[in-house]
Amino acid sequence: MEILKKRDGETLKVDLVGRLDTTTGPELESNLIDELDDVTELILDFEQLDYVSSAGLRVLLVLQKKMNKQGNMVIRNVSESIIEVFDITGFIDILTIE
Amino acid sequence: MVQKIFPANDIFLKDVMTFTEEEMVKVNVSTKVITQVKICVEEIFVNIAHYAYGDEKGEAKISILYDEYKNAMTFIFEDEGVPYNPLDKSDPDTTLSAEERKIGGLGIFICKKTMDDIQYKYENGKNILSMTKTLDSKYL
Repeated sequence: MEILKKRDGETLKVDLVGRLDTTTGPELESNLIDELDDVTELILDFEQLDYVSSAGLRVLLVLQKKMNKQGNMVIRNVSESIIEVFDITGFIDILTIE
Repeated sequence: MVQKIFPANDIFLKDVMTFTEEEMVKVNVSTKVITQVKICVEEIFVNIAHYAYGDEKGEAKISILYDEYKNAMTFIFEDEGVPYNPLDKSDPDTTLSAEERKIGGLGIFICKKTMDDIQYKYENGKNILSMTKTLDSKYL
């Protein structure tokens, strides 16, 4: 998975490319978590993300909980098959999807 | 029917995914259904990799059967690890807020929702989990 980050003040935009799964989930978490301390707006762009498994949901929940304490998290350009996973698991109500 | 044996370790997940996808592409399954199946194949394989053998090394055998008449594919996972039925796990409460949510337990729940049938049995020292998905192959 590729993690492309763009910082603009307190906003961090992250484009994810590839698959968010058992092997890449922990990679995303460790890549982002230390950088979020002074971020108030986290934007995750899923345009080039093919796939999210339960291990990916776990990371999204960790990020959402952290951002709930310090600002907002928004997910953009979510594909139909990923929306289905969010829907089944109720994540659609936890996450902010644009 | 096709069969492959993989070492029960996360690092082989990519190979498991490739095997799964190739079999489905052969019968022209849509990307949507391929994705649904891959999420579940990942879940079951990773469960075996993490829990079946403890600190020991072991294997997972995956068999894929295509039923042309029913236009359905069945995925059978076998391991010789500790007896464990993942279907016994209670379903997570999907109405809780982010703060109330516990991490984990969602994978098998997704499979119960997206597969048409999932069954588990313990036989001859083996965990055997099979799941069936009705396909939407384009030419059928």
